[in-house]
Amino acid sequence: MPEKKIRVLIAKPGLDGHDRGAKIIARALRDAGMEVIYTGLRQTPEMIASAAVQEDVDVIGLSILSGAHNTLCPQLMSLLRDKGMDDVTVVLGGIIPEADIPALKKVGIAEIFLPGTSTQDIVQFIHKRLAQ
Amino acid sequence: MSADSKVSTQTVAPLHPSSTNRKPSDKEKSWAENTLRPTLAKNPERQAEFTTISAYPIQRLYTPADLSGWDAERDLGYPGEPPYTRGIHSTMHRGRLWTMRQFAGFGAAEDTNQRFRYLLSQGQTGLSTAFDLPTLMGYDSDHPLSEGEVGKCGVAISSLADMEVLFDKIPLANVTTSMTINSPAAVIWAMYLAVAEKQGADWKKISGTLQNDILKEYIAQKEYIYPPEPSMRLVIDTFEFGVKNTPKFNTISISGYHIREAGSTAIQELAFTLRDGLEYVEWGMRRGLDVDEFVPQLSFFFNAHNDFFEEIAKYRAARRIWHKAMVERYKSQNPRSWALRFHTQTAGCSLTAQQPYNNVVRTAIQALAAVLGGTQSLHTNSLDEAWALPTEFAATIALRTQQIIAHETGVANTVDALGGSYFVETLTNEVERGAWDYIEKIDALGGMVAAIERGYPQREISEASYRYQMEVDKKEKIIVGVNDFVTKEKPLETLQIDETVAARQAERLSKLRTERSSDEVARRLSALRKAAQGTENLMPYLFDAVKSYATLGEICDAMREVFGTYEEIAIT
Repeated sequence: MPEKKIRVLIAKPGLDGHDRGAKIIARALRDAGMEVIYTGLRQTPEMIASAAVQEDVDVIGLSILSGAHNTLCPQLMSLLRDKGMDDVTVVLGGIIPEADIPALKKVGIAEIFLPGTSTQDIVQFIHKRLAQ
Repeated sequence: MSADSKVSTQTVAPLHPSSTNRKPSDKEKSWAENTLRPTLAKNPERQAEFTTISAYPIQRLYTPADLSGWDAERDLGYPGEPPYTRGIHSTMHRGRLWTMRQFAGFGAAEDTNQRFRYLLSQGQTGLSTAFDLPTLMGYDSDHPLSEGEVGKCGVAISSLADMEVLFDKIPLANVTTSMTINSPAAVIWAMYLAVAEKQGADWKKISGTLQNDILKEYIAQKEYIYPPEPSMRLVIDTFEFGVKNTPKFNTISISGYHIREAGSTAIQELAFTLRDGLEYVEWGMRRGLDVDEFVPQLSFFFNAHNDFFEEIAKYRAARRIWHKAMVERYKSQNPRSWALRFHTQTAGCSLTAQQPYNNVVRTAIQALAAVLGGTQSLHTNSLDEAWALPTEFAATIALRTQQIIAHETGVANTVDALGGSYFVETLTNEVERGAWDYIEKIDALGGMVAAIERGYPQREISEASYRYQMEVDKKEKIIVGVNDFVTKEKPLETLQIDETVAARQAERLSKLRTERSSDEVARRLSALRKAAQGTENLMPYLFDAVKSYATLGEICDAMREVFGTYEEIAIT
């Protein structure tokens, strides 16, 4: 029986339109054999949580470069909990000051990928995490 | 892989360099046979192929054989004269240094006002305003979608009252100001002009630059509100208004910066930017404006990336293409329309979170390319670019970098120092040819608006961006401190944005809404709505609306009701 494909939602929360990173990750994960849904720009945490439920994804990848991560990430994590999606792995990439990382991990972000991370590192992280 | 990404593109197969059909001299042939060949037999080169950061092939050596058919008098010419390869002024930086214009903006208006005054006190010669995302998207600071974004990427401006604070004690009659705002540019400009008027500055004399480049928003930066048609109308409204009222103001800064940051190649940046420029010229002419009246108010904005010579070739080619297009396509008679003036910003996307002090070096080299390429103004990025908005410490080093180039290196002592270099002239020719190929392709698609609607430039950029990332992942392209020469280091101290900004802004807005005349605001917004349904120039209506202290969000909403909003089809 073929293995079930890993389903990933790539999302751009907030007002920022810089989508270079989100698009590269979407394509790299797809090239690595995952099923990738890209939400497009300017998604509210509500829209992202609903899409995650609807698409029944294993992973949510957020891309935030605007500095709004401290507001948007806790909102999304609490919405996911409300919807019974506690088991989904949420990862974050973008411009994230190091000082903010502990608080983001505390609300349940599994990993924060800073600029310069290779796409293989992200692929490997997802495989390892979902194998646990 | 999506179906989209299978579309064949120019970016995957770079154009053949002209050197494939070159005719070397006897002396060169003898060198290749007697000196080069034995060397290669003994010591092969480091790589089979050498390419620029844009994957453009670079040859071992450039000689007169690469420039057959090239005519120094015709193709290089003299500075200040067509085809402007060597620069748009006869004395260039000997006459006047470029304007050192550091982009700044964060928090509320009073926070940025303080940074502006600090930068001016440190010898900066012009201002450049960064607005926060709610402002860029036409939302007030207290809109639900603004949550978490207020004052983060720039300064929060929700009404004329904020703009008055932003330029408090800064004489707009003397200081030139650049404003990075696009979809709501006409509204923000109306606020700026209202502040200038209040200060008693003469509109005919004030100078500055409005970014106002909506096409590159659809292509790259994605901060658009309205569909292309009404957005272009607003841009042309500012051109028309500018010709009559503010002849010294650059009504647009046609920008390649963001196209490059989105991952394009140098040739794509050049081609898409100039084709955007031609699109604005055509829309202006269709409005009935005289080319030689409004084109002198159009300015450009390019990126300065790492690949030193490729960047210099890009700026030189840009001037040559613009001159040719103005004269041949639009029969322009005014030399002021022919000369492409540009601002440069060093490449934010080239800076690394790892070993951030290395970014000072990258920025210095990029800035040097911009200066050697003949820029009119320059922003140098701060070393903490990949972490946050700059601290005062980081922003000061960035400014000092420009001052060192200007006053210590000697590169400003002569005009177009690299002119006549076999390599630089060949690369300039090739970059120019590559850009024309794209420009003609976009012409064939029916122009830039049509090309954008088909996703053409967006797809070309995505391809180039992905290819580059794969090269980095495979270490075919080395980024020091990222995929090679990696070390552990301690975290950098970054600027913390005061989290009370949003609350301060919300309070200020609610006070504004009770103090202003709501009847007057309603009347002026309704006049704007009605005018938007017709074809009149909207600038006078926007000016009336901002002066009644209608907020940015209210004004943009009035136009949203008439124009609708734009959603792109996401390409991944």
